[in-house]
Amino acid sequence: MHTLMIFWSAVLVNNFVMSRFLGICPFLGVSKKVETAAGMGIAVTFVMALASAVTYIVYNYMLVPLNLDFLYNIAFILIIASLVQLVEMFIKKSSPALYQALGVYLPLITTNCAVLGVTVINKQEGYNFVVSVVNGVGAALGFSLAIILMAGIRERIAKNDILPHFLDFPITLLTAGLMSIAFLGFSNLIKL
Amino acid sequence: MMTIVFSVAILGALAAVFGLGLGYAGIKFQVPEDERVALVRSILPGANCGGCGYPGCDSLAAAIAAGDAAVNACPVGGDECAASIAEVMGVKAVTFEKKAAFVKCGGSKLNSKYNYEYAGLNSCLAASQLSNGGAKACRYGCIGAGSCANACKFGAVTFNNGLAVIDPEKCTACGLCVSACPKNLVELVPVKSAYKVRCSSADNGKTVRANCSAGCIGCKICEKACGAGAIKVENFLAKIDYEKCTNCGECAKKCPNKTIEATAV
Repeated sequence: MHTLMIFWSAVLVNNFVMSRFLGICPFLGVSKKVETAAGMGIAVTFVMALASAVTYIVYNYMLVPLNLDFLYNIAFILIIASLVQLVEMFIKKSSPALYQALGVYLPLITTNCAVLGVTVINKQEGYNFVVSVVNGVGAALGFSLAIILMAGIRERIAKNDILPHFLDFPITLLTAGLMSIAFLGFSNLIKL
Repeated sequence: MMTIVFSVAILGALAAVFGLGLGYAGIKFQVPEDERVALVRSILPGANCGGCGYPGCDSLAAAIAAGDAAVNACPVGGDECAASIAEVMGVKAVTFEKKAAFVKCGGSKLNSKYNYEYAGLNSCLAASQLSNGGAKACRYGCIGAGSCANACKFGAVTFNNGLAVIDPEKCTACGLCVSACPKNLVELVPVKSAYKVRCSSADNGKTVRANCSAGCIGCKICEKACGAGAIKVENFLAKIDYEKCTNCGECAKKCPNKTIEATAV
């Protein structure tokens, strides 16, 4: 039950984009079309789930026994970078169209602070292996939810008559702010 | 001391394992790429204007290498670009005539009649939905709301008293303005042709005269003046066949409304 709570908390209450303000760069960069936003969401989900699992193993079975836990940041970044590289190769092979659409944002998942954020939170909260992975998947689904919602809104906004000063990024940032306020509504949904 | 050794060893080991894994994945997921794509891409101008009909230079390069697009598909690069690409692709270059967009209307606010003042959206399409197809008395003429200028990525369109004028020096013949004009006034014309008809009106001479002092009235003087038989008047509008035109200038000299006039070459 507790695990399920952590999952929903990561998706809604502590949504990485909307409440923790992590991963804003791809959230604004790849949210022009629902299709690419969904592709980004899937890629981030894959990276986050695997990163949570691998960092848990590396941290608890390699760094802690050797009293090297202060190295966690470097080790986590190494793991995430390698995973992103793997995802990039895989997408380039399996879906060239998605590869084109994600463009520079695909290798930039490496620097997506949401990925490093989830692994560091797993470590800080002392989650076990299963909970770490659940938290990782939950956080990634929360990220996907936010970016897909944003893409849907932006697709509609694009067809509206907007003041020229607000075109593109200003209106997107305003939308993001309003979405964030809306997500505040979840704040008392789950008490951990 | 041991901490340093262990740190280096652990991080080194992690990096080595991931490196080997990625190396293996790199071979496993290798995408065979045509090396001609990169070569063609390096020849293309790289403006990513989309004038060729592809989203950018990268996609055009891929299409050329795959044989889906002609070697001279890039309207911006011109002859030189086409020749170099043809060399890469191992085919003979087709000669490529440099063209520039030209607005077939001469009616500005100074010489043509307006029925009302247009103060709506800066979009020719929107303006053309209004009564009589825009504010001008002539329903064939340039609206001047700026759709072609908005479409142009090279800053070649300027406005002279409400009339779009395209600078042939800056124009790359990408054709974006051609599709942007709701009145179909923009045409790609060979740059070497100096004489063009600055009118698209199919109205008869009397109506044209009432609406605009620069319009073609269909008097056929140019048709008779042309020694090369390049001009035909149809629907009260002169049309120059640029392949036959010898740039002699007789038509411009005799045109009563100066509709045909030498433009900058």
